Amino acid sequence: MAMYDAADLKKGLKVEIDGQPYVITDFEFCKPGKGTALYRCKLKSMINGSTMDRTYRPVDKVGIPNLEERDMYYSYHDGQNYVFSDAETYEEISINEEALGKRTYFLIEEALCQGLFFNGKLIDITLPTFIEKVVAETEPGVRGDTASSNVMKPAKTDNGYDVMVPLFINVGDTIRIDTRTGEYAERVSKG
Amino acid sequence: MDPFTRLQQTVAALKFRARVLAAVRAGFDSRGFTEVTTPVRIAAPAAEEYIDAPPAGAFFLRTSPELEMKRLLCAGMDRIYQIGPCFRAGERGRLHRTEFDMLEFYMAHADYLELLNVIRAIIVETAVKCTGGTKIKSRGYEIELGGEWAMLPVREAFRTFAGVSADEVAEQESLFEEILVEKVEPNLPKDRPCVLIDYPVRFGAFARAKAADPTLAERWEVYVAGVELANTYSELIDPSVQRERFAAARATRKRLGMTEYPEPTAFLDAIDRGMPSAAGSALGFDRLVMLLAGADSLSEIDFPLDDDGQEP
Repeated sequence: MAMYDAADLKKGLKVEIDGQPYVITDFEFCKPGKGTALYRCKLKSMINGSTMDRTYRPVDKVGIPNLEERDMYYSYHDGQNYVFSDAETYEEISINEEALGKRTYFLIEEALCQGLFFNGKLIDITLPTFIEKVVAETEPGVRGDTASSNVMKPAKTDNGYDVMVPLFINVGDTIRIDTRTGEYAERVSKG
Repeated sequence: MDPFTRLQQTVAALKFRARVLAAVRAGFDSRGFTEVTTPVRIAAPAAEEYIDAPPAGAFFLRTSPELEMKRLLCAGMDRIYQIGPCFRAGERGRLHRTEFDMLEFYMAHADYLELLNVIRAIIVETAVKCTGGTKIKSRGYEIELGGEWAMLPVREAFRTFAGVSADEVAEQESLFEEILVEKVEPNLPKDRPCVLIDYPVRFGAFARAKAADPTLAERWEVYVAGVELANTYSELIDPSVQRERFAAARATRKRLGMTEYPEPTAFLDAIDRGMPSAAGSALGFDRLVMLLAGADSLSEIDFPLDDDGQEP
């Protein structure tokens, strides 16, 4: 298996530990008291988001994960899993709700997404950065307060997603949501 | 960030750095120290086990000015300091740069504790001149520089914070360092500087052993906000012991596949003629500027290096 040297480690690098892919979320080069170098990493599982700390010595090797990105279209929910089709081969591949989290609210049929595969298995999906939703529930908008968008109130989209929106948003408005954070981005049109 | 924007941010930091430089120089000058300049490009770096000098033609870029400054002690200078560039291959991080400024100073006929008094006074004076007070904020901590500094023997620190014997873990490759980084350093007091003192002899290669306990080396390191700032020895002056320690370090370097250095003949010749008892200290000058400026990493205060793109 291909391996990184400890000296190759840096923030953002993807590595394989005990058969699981991790991303290095924080990295610190240490060289305490004229001693040997140490590479301290905070790691986040690319499968379930769990985190851990590891310290590597210069002689240590760390696995390079077999990761691959492919274009995929979202197809349908089969009652249990979410089914995507490979943009080139049309092969249908499903991913479970746990892996998608709140992003299940942002799936749009035939939207082009990027699938991330680890050892040939789909482990994550990157959705289009912004999607549009209609507001179904929120307190009535406050007139003349369009400038202070930092004051927020709760709202629910027409597919049941809870999101904080600025005070000027009304039921029926179409809003844009950032799928990376799940947060309101801007108003597209009034309802 | 694009390089020019980053450069613009560096301007204020460089102005502050110039004030720290002037204050530190004034501190040493007023105590009878002479500022010296020694070559940056040298034929034979000190063979240290885990520090690598970048090659420069047939020579090397110095990792510290140690051997050259000790030659000056042998030649009769008794209080000297130097602030200048040093190089360490492969050391990059928030607190490490492959090129950095070292403040190195030596005092003949003094020991490591006397040197602690000197640098403590200079750091406090410098903080007052450059920040208007003795309290600094860095890396999420508020540090009072002006009061008593915490003094913690290495054995006690390892026993208290890790429940292990510092002498036992010192025998195993890299275990001492791992425990130091993971268990000891995070637990050191952060509200004032903390001095770790008296290391197992293995971690004092160029330090004199304590007369009362020869298993300990007369060495201290001061930490500010958890950052290792300065390392100090009562210097080893016996030429035959120095030769043994060099040989041991060379053997380790060879075993680890590191570059082999030529013998530092000019240095060995000087100490054969006699080196006065002395204490010496090396302080990361960029780290001092960072701490006084209230910054969290060297990249916030240093002129960008040309290989900054590879910064972790």
